[in-house]
Order: sequence, then C-alpha cells, then structure tokens
Amino acid sequence: MMASGNPWPSWNLLDDFREMWSFPFMVNAFRAGTLVAVTAGVIGWFVVTRKQSFAAHTLAMVSFPGAAAAVLVGVSAVYGYFVFCVGAALVLATLPFALAGESEGQSAATGTVQAFLLACGYLFVALYHGVLSGLNALLFGTFLGVTSQQVAILAAASLVVLVTLAAVGRPLLFASLDPAVAAARGIPANVLSVLFLVLLGTATAEASQITGVLLVFALLVMPAAAAQQVTARPSLAIALAVIIAFAVTWIGLGVAFYLPYPSGFFITTLAFCCYVVARGFRAVRGTRRAPAVSRLLGALR
Amino acid sequence: MTFFSELAFLAAVPVAAAAGLTGYFLALRGQVFTADALGHTAYTGAFAALLAGIDLRAGLFAATVSAAVLMGVLGRRGQPDDVVVGSLFAWILGLGAFFQAIYTSGESTGRGNAGVAVLFGSIFGVSAAHAWVAAIISIVISLAVLLIARPLLFASFDEATAAAKGVPVRLVGLGFLALVGACAAEAAQVVGALLLLGLLAAPGGAARLLTIRPYHGLALAAGLAIGEVSAGLALSLAVPTIPPSFAIMAVAALVYAGAATFHAARLRDRWRLKAGSRELITRQHAATPGQGPGADGY
Repeated sequence: MMASGNPWPSWNLLDDFREMWSFPFMVNAFRAGTLVAVTAGVIGWFVVTRKQSFAAHTLAMVSFPGAAAAVLVGVSAVYGYFVFCVGAALVLATLPFALAGESEGQSAATGTVQAFLLACGYLFVALYHGVLSGLNALLFGTFLGVTSQQVAILAAASLVVLVTLAAVGRPLLFASLDPAVAAARGIPANVLSVLFLVLLGTATAEASQITGVLLVFALLVMPAAAAQQVTARPSLAIALAVIIAFAVTWIGLGVAFYLPYPSGFFITTLAFCCYVVARGFRAVRGTRRAPAVSRLLGALR
Repeated sequence: MTFFSELAFLAAVPVAAAAGLTGYFLALRGQVFTADALGHTAYTGAFAALLAGIDLRAGLFAATVSAAVLMGVLGRRGQPDDVVVGSLFAWILGLGAFFQAIYTSGESTGRGNAGVAVLFGSIFGVSAAHAWVAAIISIVISLAVLLIARPLLFASFDEATAAAKGVPVRLVGLGFLALVGACAAEAAQVVGALLLLGLLAAPGGAARLLTIRPYHGLALAAGLAIGEVSAGLALSLAVPTIPPSFAIMAVAALVYAGAATFHAARLRDRWRLKAGSRELITRQHAATPGQGPGADGY
C-alpha cells in the first residue's frame, strides 16, 4: 500500500509515532480516527441497548451508494456519505409507521432497503467507468488521503452528534430501556427514535470514511457490545466503549502503516478480539446484569 | 436470446425459487439479519477458495453453511442474537478484505475485478456446467425447505407448543439455517454476495405483507422471486447499460414497496371499519342510555 516500500517499526513506540506523524496523511488519519472512534463508541452503546444493530449496518451500507453517487455527480464523496445516510435514516424511521403491527416485517423491509441501495451503488459505479479501482477503498476503508478539510467536517459532525446525544441522552436512555413506562411519563418516544436514527446516520457516515462501508460495525457495535458485557452501568460502559474504539483505531492504523493490508482488517480483528475477551470475562465472572439494570430504571423513574 | 442469456435464466430461476422459499421463513422468523451475515460470509469464503486455488463454489458453500450453523449454535434456541451475528460477520468480512488484498496483490490485472464479481455477481458470465449444477442444487434446496415446511412453520409460530408436541425445534431451526446457508451460496453466484440479501428478504417480506396464510405465502414468495429475477434479467438484456444485479434488486424493491402500500391501505381500511362500528355502537348506547356495556368510552 505504501509507495516507497514498507517501513519497518523500530519497536520504540515514541520513535515509531514520530516517524508515522512525519507524514501529514498519517496525522490526518489519526485525527479522523480519533473523532470517529469517540462518536462511534458513544452512539454504539445506544445502538446495542436499543438492539438496532441491523439498522446501523444498513445505514453503513448506504454510504456506499452515497459515495458512488457523489463521485458520479462530481462532488466530494463526503457530501454523498452524509446525504445518503441521513436520508436512509429518515426512510428507516418511517418503516414502523408504514408497517404497523408487523414487527418481523421490519427486518425484511430494512433488508430490502439495504439491498436496493447497494444495488444503486453498483449501478452508479457501473455508470461511472474507472472508479472500480477505488471500489475496494470505498468498501474496506483506507486511511490514505484523508484531507484536513475532511477532518474539519468530521469534527463538526462529531460535535453535533455528541452535543445532541448529551441533550437527549437521559430521556433516550429511559425510552430505550423501558419504552412503555417512558411513554406513560410523557416522553415522546417516536420523536426520540427518529432523532436517534438521524444521529446514527450521521455517525455511520463518519465511521464509514475510516473503516470502509462494510466494516463500520467494528467501531460502531463491537466496542459497545464488549463494554456491555463488562458493565451494565451506562456511564462506565460508554467510557469503556470509547476507550476500546479509540485503542482499536490507533493500533489498527499503526499496524496498517507497516503492513500492506487494508486497515479495516486490523481494526475489525482487534475489535472482535476485544468482544471475545469481554464475553469470556462475563462468562467467568457470572452475570450480574439484571440488578444493575433494575437499579438504573429505578433511578430514571 | 443468446446462449448465454438462456444459461443465465436456467441458473437464476431455480435459485430464485429457493431464495423465495427460504426468504419467506426468514421474514417469518425475523432472521433477515442472519441472511445478511451469510452474504458477507459468502464473500470471505469465495476469496478464501480463490486464494487456496480450489473451486470458488466449494468455498462459498463451506463458508455459508458452516457460518449459518455456527450462528444457530451460538444463539439461543437456534435463533441467533443480533450483536453476536453482527460482530461475527463484521470480523469475517474483515478477514475477506485481507484475503482479497493478498489475492489481488499478486497480479495487477484480471484479478482486480474478482472482487466486483464476487460482491455484485456476474450471472451473464455463467458457464453451462455451472448453470446446470446451480439449477440442480437450488431444486434440492427448495424440496428440502418444502419437506421441513410443516414443523418449521409450527416452530416459527409457536415455539413452546411445538416443542411440547415433540417437534425437535432446535434441530429444525439449525437445519433451516443450513439450508439458508446453501441458498445464500447459490444466490451469491447470481446477484453477488452483497445483494443476495435483497433476493432473500424482498420476496419473502412482500409475501408476508400480502397474505397471512402460510402456504399461500410460501407459494407467493417463490412466485414473486421467480418473477422478479426473470423481469430483472429481461430488463438487463433489453438495456445493456443496466447491470443484471441492479435490475433484479430494483424490481424486487418495487414489488416490496407495492406490497407495503397494499398492506398499509388494508390496515387503514380495517381501522376505519373498526372505528366506524365503534362509533355506531356508541351512538346506539347514547340513544338508549344505561343499557349494555361500552357506553362509557368504548
């Protein structure tokens, strides 16, 4: 992947980082990776709690036609990512209203939306001859060529997502854990779930630029799922998810700098290892989740 | 119609029937996400096979069937958990990217497009032998699904009662997942690893919305799938700039949207009917106060 042969680590971390950061593209990659990891870790906890990982995956897939359409039209791929992801989030948000009383039907609808939009992406790529060499980077991520402008856009999007989540976090948490009681308390659960999907769309649009469209799960769901295995307390779990996502991204980028394989592979493998270790930890320690959740619900009421 | 397009129809129509039948059960059991995961596994399996230098289809089948059974075993009662499925397939997909990077780094030309063919399908490039094998395997899958349809329906609608009546619920669930795996491997050759989800989800989901009678639904799902694939292939033959995978997905999505509209309209009618009769009852009670139940805000 590196043009001038692969560099070799000196195993002195400080020297290695100094060497990596002598390349502006690596500095940008680490900046972008950090922004994405923090946002994905926080929103990922809500995704796992609300059991919306299929929706998260679908939104991630949608960024592929988004990027392909942007390239076809001739604008920056960043706009394509955000427009398509937020648009698809709004479509997914309307499904429960369109398919009232068909809870299983929703997954079929989500799957249909996803496959159709992926097919659109393929059509755009086929119509735009020549982008095929970039297809793999689009699907499996690349840390080469993250521009400073892209980092600025990622920072702005992360800020919006995190501030909004901080504002609606408490009612959203309540509505996620106990929808019936939350609704009885006058919490607008429908509005919140639409808002959450839009935030999720924004976060997946960000993450897919780093991990690639197909591997967003590695940052969005795996760290949060691992954190939830370890602790049921939201604040602790969110912090842990952010730390895992952050560590996985940094190590993944560092390894990918030295080896000629896609960064997405290292990031997914590390995140999956974290998840497996967390499950093992929970199995050894036994499950103490139920009392913590009921205590939490008591506090929220 | 040329020889190659005839072969495409020969391979695609039985695959569509198998996808429709398994897809109906996937929609019924809420396991569409599992099908999605199998599509991704198919990608990794294909590249593992290419890398090992064995037949691509062997890799597809080995990967999807074993992943399907693994997910069934990991999940509760043969029903995989979303996060387990998602984490597993995201990692498998990362592994596939790794295999692809190794495979394509060897030679610059020719191999570079293998990824596109695996991900998005290449039905018009199918050979006669492949088409016949695909057709025979798909017919076997369809027959197997029909064979276990009765216990599977029972287990899907009411798992507890089915188990109490002696239906081996877990075994049926695992067997079904293995069939889905085989079907995914076949469908991957028609529409590609990424789009096979649509072939599994859209016809089955549409059939679920159109009828609540299970056997009608099964037949309808298979029929819709065959119709959608045939229409998509015909469209792609008529307009060569449209890739066949896109044409099939577009038709499938359109049919699904139609089914959803029909379902929503029917729900609205039913709701109106109910609201109307409620109003009538309230009015009657208002005319003769104090008689019968429901006068107070039914």
